[in-house]
Amino acid sequence: MTPAIELLRIDKRFGSVHANKDVSLAIAPGSIHGIIGENGAGKSTLMSILFGFYQADSGEIRVKGRPVRIRSSSDAIAHGIGMVHQHFMLVEPFTVLENVVLGAEGGLLIGPALARARAELTRLARDYELEVDPDAVAGELPVGLQQRVEILKALFRGAETLILDEPTGVLTPDEARHLFRILRTLKDQGKTVILITHKLREIMAITDRVSVMRRGELVATRGTKATTVEELAELMVGRHVLLRVEKGPSRPGETVLEVRNLTWKDGKGIARVDNVSFSVRKGEILGIAGVSGNGQSELLDVIAGIARPASGQVIFEGKDIGILGDPRHVRAEGLAHVPEDRQHRGLIGSFDAAESAILGWHHLDPLGKGFRLDRGKVVARARALMEEFDVRPPDPLLRSSKFSGGNQQKLIIAREITSNPDLLIVGQPTRGVDIGAIEYIHKRIIQLRDEGKAVLLVSVELDEIRSLSDRILVMFAGRVMGERGPGADERELGLLMAGVAKDAA
Amino acid sequence: MRMRGELPHWVDVGLIPLINLAVALIVSGLVVLIIGENPFEAMWIMIEGSLGSLKGWGYMLYYATNFVFTGLAVAVAFHAGLFNIGGEGQAYMAGVGAATVGLGLEWLPWPILLPLAIFASMAMGAFWAWIPGVLQARRGSHIVITTIMFNFIAASLVGYLINYWFRPVGKMAVESREITGAYILSAREVAREFFGVRIASSPLNFSVFLALIAAWAVWYLLWRTRLGYEIRALGANPAAAVYAGIRPDRIIIIAMTISGALAGLMAVNEILGVQHRLLLGYVGGAGFVGIAVALMGRSHPVGIMLAAMLFGLLYQGGSELSFARPGINRDMVVVIQGLVILFMGALEYAFRPALSALLYPLGGEANR
Repeated sequence: MTPAIELLRIDKRFGSVHANKDVSLAIAPGSIHGIIGENGAGKSTLMSILFGFYQADSGEIRVKGRPVRIRSSSDAIAHGIGMVHQHFMLVEPFTVLENVVLGAEGGLLIGPALARARAELTRLARDYELEVDPDAVAGELPVGLQQRVEILKALFRGAETLILDEPTGVLTPDEARHLFRILRTLKDQGKTVILITHKLREIMAITDRVSVMRRGELVATRGTKATTVEELAELMVGRHVLLRVEKGPSRPGETVLEVRNLTWKDGKGIARVDNVSFSVRKGEILGIAGVSGNGQSELLDVIAGIARPASGQVIFEGKDIGILGDPRHVRAEGLAHVPEDRQHRGLIGSFDAAESAILGWHHLDPLGKGFRLDRGKVVARARALMEEFDVRPPDPLLRSSKFSGGNQQKLIIAREITSNPDLLIVGQPTRGVDIGAIEYIHKRIIQLRDEGKAVLLVSVELDEIRSLSDRILVMFAGRVMGERGPGADERELGLLMAGVAKDAA
Repeated sequence: MRMRGELPHWVDVGLIPLINLAVALIVSGLVVLIIGENPFEAMWIMIEGSLGSLKGWGYMLYYATNFVFTGLAVAVAFHAGLFNIGGEGQAYMAGVGAATVGLGLEWLPWPILLPLAIFASMAMGAFWAWIPGVLQARRGSHIVITTIMFNFIAASLVGYLINYWFRPVGKMAVESREITGAYILSAREVAREFFGVRIASSPLNFSVFLALIAAWAVWYLLWRTRLGYEIRALGANPAAAVYAGIRPDRIIIIAMTISGALAGLMAVNEILGVQHRLLLGYVGGAGFVGIAVALMGRSHPVGIMLAAMLFGLLYQGGSELSFARPGINRDMVVVIQGLVILFMGALEYAFRPALSALLYPLGGEANR
């Protein structure tokens, strides 16, 4: 059978970085093909080449056996290739219908296109279980539905092959299950699906075949049924990795942070954090589980002093730091903060690594006298951090944006942990981070706990919460739904995350 | 990983400005050709007129001094993510400060009076940028709108002040009386007084060293101080700055104040160094040229000094050209300068994609 997509000896360099080395890959029509690999392994580059964002230095792309040139995303669409990006590309104030038509209006007047699209959406909804209200405003839809709109956009443009880039990162387990159902339906209807992910479990659950990438090379392609999670993990990192975190029992001490009846309201007056109370003790990791967007981010912001609470208190070592509303003072009290969104907050992409490695701590004395910032000391400090935390490449003068996600995160964790905090608050420590770095980051967080420090961990990865936390809180719609021990049943946590609770009103 | 469109540093700061400049000159040449003059000859006259004699150099550096100040002003604000296009008004207001101190306190000995007058220039310029800064920080009024409006307010206000406050009774010209105490020696006077050498007259004066000091100070501020770090952090990534405990409102106000003070230094060169009196419209567009200078100089003091010299050359060469070739009048020179600003500033990135494609040949299947 002719492959739906064939990549032959694709090679791509970015300056000194060899992003794709002689990659050849054939994808069978009507199958779900997974591509896994660590961050920076080259899977996104490969798919960007297929979708026309980049062009390969050498190599050939064949669609249904025919060599094609894909020089832009419109070329890709013309060849029946559609892509659903990790970050959705929707015009939020537009309706679903308008979003679907966007770029395919085909005429001066929008009316006929909309009518055509409406008919087509009805058909697609029927065929693929892709129900979305065509007149809903895209920005107001839940994330899962927004993603569905992205899929509809691709199908509306006649996509035969659909590339999904880390599609479940933003979904609840339930939404993810629904997505997989959709993908299976697509497959049954003869569409081809390429799934980029670093979650092994998804690969096992849904794909027919899986290709593993490592450092720009395609190291193996396996039938999913013929492989195991352990084998794939080993192929990804090139060595045996521990998927479970090793940690001893916690020895909690006195309370470090106490949050009392905390409420935070957004600009529209809606309580995004709603009467939340909990405490964190020395020597323990408190995990906050929940689907993203249920108030965890806002909670972290209030504790870190970035946002001021509407009511309630944040008591840190006996002091109410909530009323400070100033991150610098909060840091001075002994709190360190690894922000959820490292690209937009954790570091400054255009700064070199040395300068990003002092962000938030740049006012400290050891970095220079008075108003001065001693460049030599800043660089030396970064070099030491990079050495200790194995940040690669260990070059303090390299721009922060040039590091891979995992190494950026290691740099941020290094910066925050070395401030020797009494409490570390961490948001999504391993989002978009490769397995090697995840393992390391987890180890450092546990090490911090074992040194008798308190850790408040927020993650949407249930596995991460379960393997790291000593106690687990579940948040839903701004409220704490309940507390569970680390051995809690995954289904039970899932229900709490979905807002179904037995013990909370 | 290098994203598409990201080029090596030397291309960004060296090659692209040069290409933009070359294109601007080619288009200017075409315009000159259209009005029936020889573009090569015109170009030669401009270069000869500014670099061919000591006098030419003097004028070129004098213009460049102004542009360094206004360029640095734009750059400091730009590093904080602010587009201060009020340099014109800030420099104009600064003249009021210089003249008030220079005339009002003229009984003071010059070693005290001169620094005071320089300080007053900076303070007035700073004040005129501080107001839009506060409006931006506290009220969210867009800095571009407010600074441009403040240019008009300054123009009217200074005009009024000169007419009704500074103009001596009975004097026809709309200007103040001569400032004699706070007086910055010109290069010519220095050469004559201290070295007994006669050199051609030019407005070049000691302020040129002030420009060098200011450029160094801006570099030091931005890259070697905590405040500079905070300014750049806010400009590069406001969300990260807030996360780091940097208060945007505070930095906006401080950066605008520094920016205005730098623009104010232009009055030192012009009022204390050259004119020795406060007169109408003496800024003459230098505030706006500063924007082009900062853009071209990539908001870095070294780049700004080079760009300022280029514009100094255009100004000086341009006036020589309008003398030498009556067919090319002053307006024509403005057109040429405008084209340079257009290509260096507004179309800064026009040639990037092509250059990117050229340096990183994207072949794919096409390579076969």
